[in-house]
Amino acid sequence: MRHVDEYRDAGKARALAASIASLCEPGREYTFMEVCGGHTHTIYKHGIEDYLPDNVTLVHGPGCPVCVIPMGRVDDAIHIARRPDVILATFGDMMRVPGGHGSFFDAKAAGADVRMVYSPLDALRIAERNPGRRVVFMAIGFETTAPSTAMTVLRARAAGLDNFSVFANHVTIIPAIKAILDSPDLRLDGFLGPGHVSAVIGCRPYEFIARDHRKPIVVAGFEPLDILRSVHMLLVQLREGRCEVENQYGRVVPWDGNAKALQAINETMELRPYFEWRGLGFISHSALRVRDGYAAHDAERIFDVPGVRVADPKACQCGEVLKGVLKPWECKVFGTACTPETPIGTCMVSSEGACAAYYNFGRFTRDRVREATR
Amino acid sequence: MCLGIPGEVVEIQSDRPDLARVDVSGVRRSINIGLLEDGPPAPGDWVLIHVGFALSKIDESEARAALEFLESIGQAYADEIDALRESRID
Repeated sequence: MRHVDEYRDAGKARALAASIASLCEPGREYTFMEVCGGHTHTIYKHGIEDYLPDNVTLVHGPGCPVCVIPMGRVDDAIHIARRPDVILATFGDMMRVPGGHGSFFDAKAAGADVRMVYSPLDALRIAERNPGRRVVFMAIGFETTAPSTAMTVLRARAAGLDNFSVFANHVTIIPAIKAILDSPDLRLDGFLGPGHVSAVIGCRPYEFIARDHRKPIVVAGFEPLDILRSVHMLLVQLREGRCEVENQYGRVVPWDGNAKALQAINETMELRPYFEWRGLGFISHSALRVRDGYAAHDAERIFDVPGVRVADPKACQCGEVLKGVLKPWECKVFGTACTPETPIGTCMVSSEGACAAYYNFGRFTRDRVREATR
Repeated sequence: MCLGIPGEVVEIQSDRPDLARVDVSGVRRSINIGLLEDGPPAPGDWVLIHVGFALSKIDESEARAALEFLESIGQAYADEIDALRESRID
């Protein structure tokens, strides 16, 4: 049997590091974006950057679902939650995310019935047990959580639970990658593709990156050696002049994804014409809403949603961090005004946010302290 | 919430074939297995769970590596397990 050590072996890591260094052309800078917040976690936790030569830089992308929710959507959800007939259920990660007028925790303290749930199915159970109340599930996440919301809507329909609805904030990863590729702010040489999202959507949706933008992408696992192997695969492609979609995480990610999960999403949800992302602005066809056929379970149709737009606090540079233009420690308020205890921006709230990961794992080398305090 | 967590299947519920009892870091709860592609899992199989739904089967070494990674990230995983402990999927 294979062991955990297979993914952690320091000797293998050093050998990979040496091979990575030998693949880099002297004088050339390589910038790769890891799209997924889970990868950011591994990179900081294990100090992966210390294994890479100075001319290989990993930048963090928009793949943290809590981080990209604009403040206005939190305010909209709290507006619904304040109704006395409503129970609003959401994941624990969302509770501390600041809206323009406080977080779900603040709304709860002020009397709103806000409940933390592990699964949308737990929200459905609350609806079942409270027939006199209307239960709204604040749904967030990329394609890893959208199938669960979809299956729960299907179950609500089958069980006739008309007091259950979804306030859908599901976002899709491909348009965000496209927005970053189209943005003039950043020159990227390739991508580490998200692991678990790809288990749902498969590898084919990334083909445009290779075909239209001439960039390689390697779908990567979450272990330290997965990240190093994936960086190695990107560099081999560049060395050989190839731009392809490759799958380093084949032990979890099937090339075609999970058809049942995609089918459930497609049955209950459709793309919105556009959706606002924190930091990235409005992106076309980048989020999901409940389909007409399931309108009875769509909180946006059942309730009067104000559609609040709130500008991010001026001091907060989450937008630049989410686009990979700034490293977390380069933000003006990182670690001073903005900490996990008193977050100003979403990247510091979610454990998958680049700022929280960086803060918690203290990958603050002397060089970076110098850089940050210069 | 976004990262999958590995669970070991303990039993398939005979009255509810879409549900399975799983063990995640010692916490036993029911999850939905309706999205698994290659049919239902058997006791002893490992699955990757996203917010109450198994999305893929994984092998044991993958599961152990993932668990070790999650346990090492500290509070975020502790919060996830606390949330799972409160879960009552039926």
